[in-house]
Formats: sequence, structure tokens, C-alpha cells
Amino acid sequence: MEQKKVVMDADGIDRSLTRIAYEILEKNKGTEELCLVGIRTGGVFLAERLKKKLTSIEGVDLPVGILDITLYRDDLRLANKKPMLGKTDIPFSLDNRKVVLVDDVLFTGRTIRAAMDALIDFGRPQLIQLAVLIDRGHRELPIRADFVGKNLPSSLWESVVVKLMEKNGVDEVVIEDDNQ
Amino acid sequence: MKLTNKDILGIKELSVDEINLILDTAASFIEVSTREIKKVPTLRGKTVVNLFFEASTRTRTSFEIAGKRLSADTINISATTSSVVKGETLIDTARNLEAMNPDAIVIRHSAAGAPHMLARMVKQSIINAGDGAHEHPTQALLDMMTIKEKKGTVSGLKVAIVGDIAHSRVARSNIYGLTKMGSQVIVAGPAMMIPRDIARMGVTVYNNLAEAIKDVDIVMMLRIQLERQQQNIFPSLREYSSYFCLNRHNIKLAKEDVLVMHPGPINRGIEISPDIADGPYSIILDQVTNGVAVRMALLYLLIGGQR
Repeated sequence: MEQKKVVMDADGIDRSLTRIAYEILEKNKGTEELCLVGIRTGGVFLAERLKKKLTSIEGVDLPVGILDITLYRDDLRLANKKPMLGKTDIPFSLDNRKVVLVDDVLFTGRTIRAAMDALIDFGRPQLIQLAVLIDRGHRELPIRADFVGKNLPSSLWESVVVKLMEKNGVDEVVIEDDNQ
Repeated sequence: MKLTNKDILGIKELSVDEINLILDTAASFIEVSTREIKKVPTLRGKTVVNLFFEASTRTRTSFEIAGKRLSADTINISATTSSVVKGETLIDTARNLEAMNPDAIVIRHSAAGAPHMLARMVKQSIINAGDGAHEHPTQALLDMMTIKEKKGTVSGLKVAIVGDIAHSRVARSNIYGLTKMGSQVIVAGPAMMIPRDIARMGVTVYNNLAEAIKDVDIVMMLRIQLERQQQNIFPSLREYSSYFCLNRHNIKLAKEDVLVMHPGPINRGIEISPDIADGPYSIILDQVTNGVAVRMALLYLLIGGQR
């Protein structure tokens, strides 16, 4: 029997994103050369929301790209079911840009490793930073986030799911116990 | 979702779900070919052998580029420079290749069923790049992908395929594919180029171009195989052309937003006039671009990761 606990509600998510937006602006001293790249599928809508917040604070438009990392995964050999390949759409040059990667949950770090390999194939960014809504620990690679919504220590048998209005009809972060 | 078989031998064996999976996956691969660095590491360490017993520009290059853009090691073997000229049989060629442990073998052969025999014999994934006059599944898939890209769907359309249907593997695969996906297929050509019972495949048959392309969404012209002129199938290229060449006059019989396709290579002025081939209705070069994406998708689905 699954036990579900809501660890972040809609207001909490919104406040975290607002804080992350301000932190991005503080660390990068503005929006010059800045761009956002959302990692499919969790990071895409979060990147869009961050862009809106950044634009409303600074009054400047920011390019947003979508990155699908399926082709760069290190576990394709082992995956039983092949993940569905989604479209990557980065309609601007990454050369000399400050790229903020956006994802919903940071876990082992392998997704971010794949994302960085993909970005390097697109061009040579000036720097890459990482913004995540939830950091749940259990890193398997030396990867860390620059901007974190909430630190959520979790057990390996739990799953952390970020639900968003755009795809799930509700804004909330739940932690589910996969044990009986 | 994944493909049920280890091989791609024909459209006949593919389900509608599998075709949609291939088309959707291919759509996501288009972008790789537009980047500065046109490579992804997905098939790193995999080996793809392109075994071509018939001449080819498009298909072979397309498969080679597809494999290389996925970081696979691609090897091209053309029969004329292989031990086939010393009399080595297809079975032995296949077994010897299998012993070198490739991951996929792409084969084009003049004998229908050659890829199917290979698929039974070796454990590698076999992709049919054209077997005699039987099937050319990757061509039909890229045709359907191009149609879907331009028209939004592959069902509910009226498609006319015109030319030497009897000798065309492209026609056969497209007929299987388009009817499976819910489109209406019309075939047209001189009577001696239309197989006798082809209506049983679910197509409507015409013997003249005007009736065939009336109000169609897509016109697919097939190459008149010049070498067949020797076989007395038609009196002369000029006569064929006067009855069946698609030009700016007869194209008006089709729908206003008609699209013109051709698997290539085109014979300018014989089955298609140069201004139609190069004109605004033509999506012939889009077909070629999508060919790379479709072949990348097939290699990824077949040998990317574990089966």
C-alpha cells in the first residue's frame, strides 16, 4: 500500500520559484547573455515559469530551450523499456551564453551529466548553472545544484514526484513510499 | 513502447502502433541533423553493416549518415567489390559477417525475400533496404513521415501512385503503409505495368493520369526504369512521357494544396517535368532529409540499448 505525503503545496512551489528567480539574477548580476534550458519532461514547465518571473522582475525577455536527454543517457543498454524520445528544441546559439539548466528533481545526477554532454554538443556556453525544485540527495556523480527550491532528504525506496498544473492539473510535490 | 520484431523487413509486418512509434521517434531525430555537431553518443560502440547488392545513392548514404550521426561504426559493403564476385553465396556472406558480431545489417538485394532469409539465419537485426520488387520499408516510412509533417496526418488522404507499379517495391510498401494508416490509395500506369490483381491490396486502379490524380492530396511519381525499355514493356520513353508525365498542366487536376513526391532518382522530363520536380508543390528533397531521420529512428529503436 502506497503512502503519499505532500511536502510542498502550490504556494510553496511558487515562493521557491520566485526565490530561485531572484537568486539567478543575483548570482549572474542581471540577465545579460542568460538563457534557460528545461530538461524534459519535468524541467520544461518549470523553465517556462522561471522565465516569466525573470521577465517580470527585469523587464527583459529571455530565451528558453527544451532539452531531451534520452540519446545521452548512460543506461540505455540496461533499460528494459526504451524511454520515449522527445523533441529537443534550442532555437538559439549557446555559444558564450550563461545557461541555467532547469529540472524538477535532482537525484543521482546522471540526468544532469547527460544534459551537460548534450549542451556541449550544441555549442560552447560561457557557463552552466543548475536550478532544481527539489534536491533529494543520493548523488552517484559529483554534481551539485546552484539553485535549490527545497532540500528533501529521502530514502531510496521512496519516490519524489513533482506535479505541475500544466501536466498533472495540480501543483504539489509528493513523496511516496514504495514499500508496503 | 518498442518494436515487436528484431528486424524491419517490410511494412506488411508492422502494426499501426509500431509505424506511429517510428514516425514519432523520427520526428525527434530531425533536430540532430541541424546542429553544429551532428552527433549523439547513443549507438557508441555499436556496429552497423550496410550490405548493398544493388546500386544506390540515397538509401546507402542515408543509412551511413544515420549510423554515423548516432556514433555507430558503419561499414559499407557493395557486392561488386566483395567476395560475391568470387562466387560467395549470400548465406555464407551473412554467416561470415555474423561471426564478426555486428549489431545490425542493412541489406539491399535484387532477390525478394533475401532480407527475410537473413533474419531467420543470423541473430543480428536486419533492415530491408529494398528486396527486388517486393518491399522498401524505410522508403515508405520516410514518405509517410514527410506526408505527416506536411499534412498533419497520414490518414484520410487521397494518394495517387503513378508509374511502373509492377516493378516498384516503393509502391508496394507505400500501399501497405498508407492503407494501414487509413488513407485512400490510387495507382495508375500503363496496363502492362499494373499487376493484375493489385486491387486486392485495397487500391483503386486507373490507366490514365488525369483520372488518377483528380482531387488527390498527394501525387507520388515513380521512376520509369530506363533499363526496362529493352523489355518491350512500352513503345518508347516519349510515348510514356506524353501519357504519364506529371507537368504544370495536369497537376491542376489535383487539389490546390497537392504535394508531389518521388523516391528518386528522377528522370527529368520522363515521368516528371523539371518545373514540377523543382517547383513549389514538390517535397522530394524533404523526403531525402526525413530519410536520414527515419533511419536514425530505426537504428535507435532496434539496437539502441538492450532488446
